[in-house]
Amino acid sequence: MTTTPSTTSKAAPDEQFDDLTQQRQADLMGMWIFLATELMLFGGIFTAFTVYRFAYPEVFAEAATHLDLKLGTFNTALLVTSSLFMALAERAVNAGQRRKTLAFLFVTIGIGVVFLGIKGYEWHHEYTEKLMPILGLAFEYPGAHPDRAEMFFNFYYVLTGLHAVHMSLGLVTLSVMVVFTWRWRDPSRLGRQIQINGLYWAFVDVVWVFIFTTQYLLRA
Amino acid sequence: MNDEVAPYLPEVEKGLHLIPTQATEHAGQLDHLYFALVGASAIILLMVVGLIAFFGFRYRAGNKAADRSNLPSTRTENRVEIAVLAAMLVAFMGFFAWATTLYLDSYRGPEPAMTIDVIGKQWMWKIQHPDGTREINAIHVPVDEVIRLRVTSQDVIHSFFVPAFRLKRDVVPGTEKTAWFKATEPGEYRLFCAEYCGSFHSRMLGKVVVMDRGDYQAWLTRQGSGQTLASAGKQLFQAHGCSGCHMGKSNARAPSLDGLYGRSVALDSGEVILADEAYIRDSILQPDKHIAAGYEPIMPSFAGQLSEEDILRIVTYIKSLQPGDWVKESVKENEGESR
Amino acid sequence: MSEAAANQASESYLSRGWRLRDWLFTTDHKRVAWLYTVSITAFFFLGGLAALVIRLELITPEGDVVSADAYNQLFTIHGVVMVWFFLIPSIPNTLGNFLLPLMVGAKDLAFPKLNIISWYIYTIGGVFTIAAVITSGVDTGWTFYTPYSTQYADRAVVAALTGVFVVGFSSILTGINFIVTTHKMRAPGLTWFRLPLFVWANYATSLVMVLATPVLSATLILLILERMLGIGIFDPALGGDPILFQHLFWFYSHPAVYIMILPGMGVVSELITCFSRKTVFGYHGMAISILAITVFGFLVWGHHMFVSGQSLYAGLMFSFFTFLVALPSAIKTFNWTATLYKGKLIFSAVMIYALSFVGLFTIGGFTGIFLASLAVDVHVHDTYFVVAHFHYIMVGGMVTAYLGGLHFWWPKMTGRMYPEIWAKVAALALFIGFNLTFFPQYLMGYAGMPRRYQTYPEDFQILHVMSSLGAGVLAIGYLLPLVYLLWSLRWGKRAPPNPWRAAGLEWRTDSPPPKHNFLEPQTVTGPPYDYDTIDNK
Repeated sequence: MTTTPSTTSKAAPDEQFDDLTQQRQADLMGMWIFLATELMLFGGIFTAFTVYRFAYPEVFAEAATHLDLKLGTFNTALLVTSSLFMALAERAVNAGQRRKTLAFLFVTIGIGVVFLGIKGYEWHHEYTEKLMPILGLAFEYPGAHPDRAEMFFNFYYVLTGLHAVHMSLGLVTLSVMVVFTWRWRDPSRLGRQIQINGLYWAFVDVVWVFIFTTQYLLRA
Repeated sequence: MNDEVAPYLPEVEKGLHLIPTQATEHAGQLDHLYFALVGASAIILLMVVGLIAFFGFRYRAGNKAADRSNLPSTRTENRVEIAVLAAMLVAFMGFFAWATTLYLDSYRGPEPAMTIDVIGKQWMWKIQHPDGTREINAIHVPVDEVIRLRVTSQDVIHSFFVPAFRLKRDVVPGTEKTAWFKATEPGEYRLFCAEYCGSFHSRMLGKVVVMDRGDYQAWLTRQGSGQTLASAGKQLFQAHGCSGCHMGKSNARAPSLDGLYGRSVALDSGEVILADEAYIRDSILQPDKHIAAGYEPIMPSFAGQLSEEDILRIVTYIKSLQPGDWVKESVKENEGESR
Repeated sequence: MSEAAANQASESYLSRGWRLRDWLFTTDHKRVAWLYTVSITAFFFLGGLAALVIRLELITPEGDVVSADAYNQLFTIHGVVMVWFFLIPSIPNTLGNFLLPLMVGAKDLAFPKLNIISWYIYTIGGVFTIAAVITSGVDTGWTFYTPYSTQYADRAVVAALTGVFVVGFSSILTGINFIVTTHKMRAPGLTWFRLPLFVWANYATSLVMVLATPVLSATLILLILERMLGIGIFDPALGGDPILFQHLFWFYSHPAVYIMILPGMGVVSELITCFSRKTVFGYHGMAISILAITVFGFLVWGHHMFVSGQSLYAGLMFSFFTFLVALPSAIKTFNWTATLYKGKLIFSAVMIYALSFVGLFTIGGFTGIFLASLAVDVHVHDTYFVVAHFHYIMVGGMVTAYLGGLHFWWPKMTGRMYPEIWAKVAALALFIGFNLTFFPQYLMGYAGMPRRYQTYPEDFQILHVMSSLGAGVLAIGYLLPLVYLLWSLRWGKRAPPNPWRAAGLEWRTDSPPPKHNFLEPQTVTGPPYDYDTIDNK
């Protein structure tokens, strides 16, 4: 059968589904399973971190004091706030409010960009402090046992870096959502898509809370 | 080809032995378990194959005469399954207990007569005897003595494998493992590297030479090493400045080490730890890991500065110290000065 | 619907759309299954070629066919290709992709676009890895153990790791697709305990894919970062632990063994019931066993590390769970055998494959018990005994099941019958060649022959020669089906909708099926494998 492109704005499920409810449930379930895989991804690295955290408790606690707690806390607050706006965007799109949806999406993206900016500033600061043991850069750690401290910073960059990659992907898909919202073609499909993006964004937020706790807060 | 690679396959244990030579008591015990496992699986395999053949013949589609009525009910099926499950569980737990007992025995050895160090390196085995004798790709040991091995690696992971002893231990850089054996038959046995370690993995070979007590002593004398491990360790201890702090010759305060081995040490964290080899080794390489109560964490790490052989020598030296040794030594020195 | 449209709807999925882009941009699960079949077959023969050169080299004890480094690269290619590019995707992505929607009575998978994307990811990742490995050589072995892989191996390790990492995403996407399809798209009346065991097996496989693959991804990321940026997580010089890498690696790679074997178990359950004309013995037990294997499969990874220096008590626990995970497999073997009881057995080629599977899997399973026994494992770990064991499971089990399944569903997939007599010859060649190749390896393993050795003491030569001879026979067992199956595409007899008079929704539609699988919605009213009703009709 040749498929005719759907030009009608009437809500119809994709051809493999019987109805919209089935499609919505399937989409959400797919996203939840995807988040489970993400959890296992970060879980693997957090497990490795935990092993070393118990092996070298003093050095890791001491090394954590070299991170900027104020900026970290501020970033955490930012990210939680952005999740609030993401939730508002979900509500707005389900209520059929195009302009509000757009506005909330813009705020979410804006906060996300600021978060990454601050993260970048932190990295730069650590670079100038010579606390970035990457690509053979000089690592001049002022405290005791620089080798074990280097291990801490290795984890710090892996975790925050991986998180930043996830944030950036989230920002890209949210920007796509902005375009879709602008066009406002199939609100029912858009509602599903934004809900799925919201799940992802919330996950990225939760991961950050874990990173913040293990890297910034567990300090001497 | 790398010239450090053993250029030969040791000419030992010629001939194909499907059950390798049994050169330790453990080897014989393990073979019993192996035979039991082979027997059990052969019985079950014969049952499976036999049933398939029997059913295949009896219930072939062409055989219209076969009685196919009265198929088992779901209840019956469940009961049969549970019966099979229970039978297998019992058999499996039996094997589990047997194999685990042997395994634990093979790790927790009796009191050793001597300790030999084995260091794996791409692509050779370096051996140190307690009297300082060193050899490469060969280990000479006396028969009927409990030999303890300290194994470690200088680069990648290797694995110390002597089939005739049914003994295998991974050799991991940065850690020290132990193994033991008591060879019961004089002879020469193969030593393989069992963990893939790079280009010439298959040529990282050696032999274990088990000798009569007298032959072993004669062999040792022929080697005529100058210095025991402990005395080499003592020299290193002084050369690396350890004695400065630990023997109280400088201002820095560090715990005295004589009589340390085997003692319980109170730590800064409030814990108490047994001063075994692993503890001494950790304290050299990761001094911050366990800080003795009442001392500052000022000791630098010696990781990367000492070769694996040197670490083993220093550990041997510290182990050899009896309580009060250092006091006697300093008295002697003082006497020397005052004369 | 107009008559023209109705005709079009009943046309087979193969009847039109033969431009390249109709295949490359298809979202039809049946066509994606074909794309996967082509890629997987190519990778399989590439990996097989590497194995053949390895077997040639091992005919003599000296290293005379290839250099030491080339040998190490060959077994690395063989392992990487066979594990990641053949075994893991084999049954799920070919037969599973084709059959899962048909078996649950759906029009397609839940996410058809993800399905085709997963094929692209898989193929591009695979080709990238092969290109890297062939142009510059990787000699770490498929296990990538640190610190060898991070600090000592030179050449294209990062490229190989990246390729495997990328291919991991295709597993994850397939897993998500299968789980959601099984949960949400079953036909009315098709309750969980009416599902064919093939669907159960693929569902369980997908769970493992989804939960284990990301841990591999994380581990590979850490390795890549260590090599590229110097972020040393496993570096002993920084207090890192090479054994931690092994834990993370096997946390994925042991469950991955179940990704490989569970679908094979599913296939065999379908084949044996059909050619015994009888329902499976203990259906519930079979389904529950699959789930039990999935769960326990996550708790046994440490049995790869009994001599690596993990704590004795960890070893003890892992050994214990390994014995437990063998129980459901034992039940399954028993049930397959018991299914024959009072059946009407037809010894077709497909049935020969299925019964070979049962025999070889039993041997592989029992030698697994040897390896689970701690003290025995100390002796045979990293010897040919282990090599023989996992080949009995992976090749004797999985590949045999895959070929059996491919024959069984070939008429459905292509609409053509294959020549039965040649299929029987191939099945027998496979069985004989396989045993000749791998049984001697058990013997030399216990005799003390370590694995991954290019040169070896000459006493082992007789066993190695037998093994290499067997590999030749085995190669015939693989090449024959390639020839006559391709032949059948053009000259084979046309297949009716249900040539085997088999149960299952997939046989209720045409061979090959129409684009949307069924012309009318399907409902299910009874349990699976209802051969009594079919035969008495």
